[in-house]
Amino acid sequence: MMLAAAAAFAVIMAKINEIVGPRRETDEKVTTYESGMEPVRTARERFSVKYYMVAVLFILFDIEIVFLYPWAVSFRQLGLHGFVVMFVFMFVLLVGFVYVWRKGALEWD
Amino acid sequence: MNTYLTDILQSGALMITTITGIVLLLVEANRRGRPATSFALAIVGLLAAGMTALIQMPAHGTGFSGMVQTGGFASFFAALFAVAGAMTIALSRSYLARIGWFRGEYAILTVFAVVGMMLIAASNDLIILFLGVELMSVCLYVLAGLARVRDRSNEAALKYFLLGAFATGFLLYGIALIYGAVGSTNFEAISAAFPAISAHIMFLAGAGLVVVGLSFKVSAVPFHMWAPDVYEGAPTTVSALMSTAAKAAAFSGFLVLFVRTFHFVGAGLNTVLAVIAAASMILGNVVAIAQTNIKRMLAYSSIAHAGYMLAGVAAANAIGLMGVAFYLVAYAFMNIGAFAVVSMVEDDHEQHLTLDDYAGLSKQRPLVAALMAVFMFALAGVPPFAGFFGKYYVFLAAVEGKMTWLAIVGVLTSLISAYYYLRIVVLMYFRDGAADVAAKPSVLTMVTVVLAALLVLQLGITPSVVVQAAQRFF
Amino acid sequence: MIAYTPLLVLFPLAGFLFLGLAGPRLRNEKLIGIIGSGMVGLSFALALGILMQMLGSAPEERKAVVELFPWISSFTGTMGSFSVSVAYQIDQLSILMTLIVTGVGFLIHVYSIGYMHGDRGFWRFFSYLNLFIFAMLNLVLADNFLLMFLGWEGVGLCSYLLIGFWYEKKFTGDAAKKAFVVNRIGDFGFILAMLLIFVTFGSLRFDTVFAAASILSPGRTVMVWITLLLFLGATGKSAQIPLYVWLPDAMAGPTPVSALIHAATMVTAGVYMIARCSLLYALAPVSLEVVASVGAATAVFAATIGLVQNDIKKVLAYSTISQLGYMFLAMGVAAFGAGIFHLMTHAFFKALLFLGSGAVIHAMHEEQDIQKMGGLKKHLPVTYWTFVVGAVAIAGIPPFAGFFSKDEILWKAFSSDFGSWVLWLLGALGAVMTAFYMGRLVFLTFEGKERFGHDLHPHEAPKTMTVPLMILAVLSAVGGFLGVPKSLLGSNAIEHWLEPIFDPANHKLLITEHDIVWSEYVLMAVSVAIAAGGIYVAWVMYLKRTGMADRLAARFSRIHRVLLNKYYVDEIYDASVVNPIVTISDEYLWKGVDTTIIDGSINGSARGIGAIGSALRRIQTGVAQSYAVVFVGGIVLVVGWLLLQSH
Repeated sequence: MMLAAAAAFAVIMAKINEIVGPRRETDEKVTTYESGMEPVRTARERFSVKYYMVAVLFILFDIEIVFLYPWAVSFRQLGLHGFVVMFVFMFVLLVGFVYVWRKGALEWD
Repeated sequence: MNTYLTDILQSGALMITTITGIVLLLVEANRRGRPATSFALAIVGLLAAGMTALIQMPAHGTGFSGMVQTGGFASFFAALFAVAGAMTIALSRSYLARIGWFRGEYAILTVFAVVGMMLIAASNDLIILFLGVELMSVCLYVLAGLARVRDRSNEAALKYFLLGAFATGFLLYGIALIYGAVGSTNFEAISAAFPAISAHIMFLAGAGLVVVGLSFKVSAVPFHMWAPDVYEGAPTTVSALMSTAAKAAAFSGFLVLFVRTFHFVGAGLNTVLAVIAAASMILGNVVAIAQTNIKRMLAYSSIAHAGYMLAGVAAANAIGLMGVAFYLVAYAFMNIGAFAVVSMVEDDHEQHLTLDDYAGLSKQRPLVAALMAVFMFALAGVPPFAGFFGKYYVFLAAVEGKMTWLAIVGVLTSLISAYYYLRIVVLMYFRDGAADVAAKPSVLTMVTVVLAALLVLQLGITPSVVVQAAQRFF
Repeated sequence: MIAYTPLLVLFPLAGFLFLGLAGPRLRNEKLIGIIGSGMVGLSFALALGILMQMLGSAPEERKAVVELFPWISSFTGTMGSFSVSVAYQIDQLSILMTLIVTGVGFLIHVYSIGYMHGDRGFWRFFSYLNLFIFAMLNLVLADNFLLMFLGWEGVGLCSYLLIGFWYEKKFTGDAAKKAFVVNRIGDFGFILAMLLIFVTFGSLRFDTVFAAASILSPGRTVMVWITLLLFLGATGKSAQIPLYVWLPDAMAGPTPVSALIHAATMVTAGVYMIARCSLLYALAPVSLEVVASVGAATAVFAATIGLVQNDIKKVLAYSTISQLGYMFLAMGVAAFGAGIFHLMTHAFFKALLFLGSGAVIHAMHEEQDIQKMGGLKKHLPVTYWTFVVGAVAIAGIPPFAGFFSKDEILWKAFSSDFGSWVLWLLGALGAVMTAFYMGRLVFLTFEGKERFGHDLHPHEAPKTMTVPLMILAVLSAVGGFLGVPKSLLGSNAIEHWLEPIFDPANHKLLITEHDIVWSEYVLMAVSVAIAAGGIYVAWVMYLKRTGMADRLAARFSRIHRVLLNKYYVDEIYDASVVNPIVTISDEYLWKGVDTTIIDGSINGSARGIGAIGSALRRIQTGVAQSYAVVFVGGIVLVVGWLLLQSH
């Protein structure tokens, strides 16, 4: 019951929006929003594989930072145990970093 | 601090494997490190982990704040994964060198995949289960695409990855729903919440989605579609790993979650599993008959075997638990052996993979043909090989679990399966042909395959070794 | 020592595996022979050691079960309680059987080194022989019915392999097939009995079954069925009426095989099995009567055929069937100890006779017809004297081994609560014929004029063959002293030794020991007299007045022809069982049912399944999107169905 009501509510609101809202369409307005990039281009265009490499590595180490924040906040409560555990975590990532570095994944050329 | 150390020591196998993986990364990072070193280190590390697991089997416990369990079930499967991983690495040594993909990364990825598998079997928490599944899967995605200039290998990796990601989404959603229903991800908490939540709509949906996620990993119908394409495209030894250890890992997830934690109380879960099992047995065996490529045939056979084992899971009793564990061990050795022979016959350019390429193999290579015959008989479930007792136990479990119809389907489809397994034997022994191995198999390869065959025979004669271990799983 | 029991079995297994795998590469006959015999010799030595230890301990401590590994085990559930171990049981009976099997087996192995010399399949022969010993020891040492059955089937397989050893000849293959098929009929009985035992007692372990059986009282129908089905198995393996027909044909195998498998050991498996299950038989007195009647009938029936056979090995084959009949007669009158005693002495003298005949055949260049022999005494002195010892022993002349064991059986057949004068009379009739045909065999083969060509120069066999003959001759001569009855101031050591095994059965049957009575001496005298009489008649007919045998044959030509053709039993079986089955299978089942209906439906279903497979294969498009669609369909089904289950 609640489920149906919720679904109905969502649909009705969207529809009202569509009906009531003013429509002045320009080229820019109807194009899909893609963070400022040109949305429609040829699909055959290639990205350099290095781009993905860097992107993936960025996410990886970004997440490391994400983990570091809550750890830093509660560092005092976690004590020595927390310190050691985070050290192990950093060490493992460091090994990965060394591997990536030595394999040349960070070199653009 | 002290408990932390205890935790590490208790999960010895897991730790040794992880450290092996890290060391391998460093070796590989060293530009002078050669792949052969990595392979040797990986085998040694995995065997050490396997030994540790066997030693630690009698000690039961939980570690890391109740996130993992140690000893018993976890150790049993850790040993299986370690040995299976070591065997595939040993088999890959000359095979990969031959097809030109002898890279240290292969060993690293295999070792980390094994870490993931061990995490699944050791999981005492849905989060750890998920972590293990993902760690294992990601490694396997990459392994499937290892031979990256081959179209099929690329296709296999991409398909496996796309569908795998798809399945992972459902698995995670299922976990979230279960958490929503129970309020905890810990198995003991979930187990304690029974039977109150067993008919809870959110729990059932969650459990259903977990079934879907794990069924994908074990390649059960209708979530099996990836298996033939991936097994065919991936390098043969990778297929061996995927069809044995990875499948066993997913099954250990099934066992620990469904048989141990959920008890199937009052839910239709076992019916769902039984139907999936029956569908897998029927479809796997029937379609396998129509295959001409041996890797695809083995892929469908693998689907069928997933069905047999799911029958044991669906029975949800002690015999089922033991039977599936036995079946997994037996299946690991016989299927690794079968894929190993395939990798020997296969040439360097993905040729010699049809069934007809086995005609007359016994003339040129009597030992290889005899080994293949052993594995085929074992897969068909002919005594005295291990496959017989595997089937015996899961069908017995099905009968005890009041699912006689499932056992009947199992026996009938086994009958069908004999046709395509024995066809290989017939081709090898009674047809003229010039089948031969592509290159003289290395000593390491032969030793591994012979070992697999001996284990298949040993388990068929003394099945009680596994049975006794299974009696002290939890 | 007892802890090493599994080694008894493992030595021959190791020999088999080694010879089987490395045999073709071993060019050295001596080495193969030493390994093959050595493994059996080791087992024999170990068995002797175990016997010594048993002799040194109290009777109640003489039983032990050594478990090698649990074989088929299950959780204790409602149905899953079926569990069987590979475990070996040492007790008075099994150690005796082990000693016979390994001891006689060892001698025959050594003999074979000489007999099989130069044969192309030398290594194959020894690996099969070792496999046979392995299987036979499993049979006698097993502590449960299933392992015993494994041994039972194993010896059957070895028998098949060894009868057809010279596989180039068609008749050896036919004989092997016949042995196998006839044995299968018996084995079927064994399997059914085993199922019934499991259903009745919930276990297949001897200890468990017999413990449960010991508190039952006689007269339950199921016990009759179990024992009769077991006996059906025994008639197959031990060549009794109606399944004896394979044994004479089995003589197609090499002579050491006839000695080892078809005289001394394998064919006594049925006797051993009944002795082992004596308690079960005690619960079904009806079955005992059946066993006794079949045994007595076989003893006489086979002996009559043996009277006129001309093939030296055929005579011995019928004699074996007849002697096995005596053992079953003993079992049937609940004289279990006497039966096992005769089993032992028979192993000695029948192995001796077969090996002797092998030496003769060897010397005569594969000639087996005794009508074409004669006068071999001076060419083959060792063979002659040892053969005579064997013949006298089987005929029952004191103090040779056969006298004591056979006399014990005859006395028990007469005096036991389950015996009767009819059974005794049949036994005595068999005994006189035994004496006659053994006399005939000796006289025609070794005495009288030489009836073979002059280009033939028979010569004595080599030492590896004669030494086993001499050892067996000694055993045949003195083996009987193990069982000298009380009436002859003996202690009947062997029956005393076996008492703990048969006590439960004897208690059930309320059998008590009799005092010595005068009639025992009378019967003893009678049996000595008929043995001597039989030999004398043979002497008269075949040496004194040589034409007499032919005249008698002409006078009673009809009977003679019937006997010579073995009562036409093979022909009767062919006409009544084999041919109808063949015709029905050929004309109706094969051409009618099989090719059209079964093949049709199988091929049809195979094609059907293949077609379904090909059709289903098309679903596998290779397009990942369609896979995802199927995947989602699966999810909808699974989750949807589960949601329907919630309330």
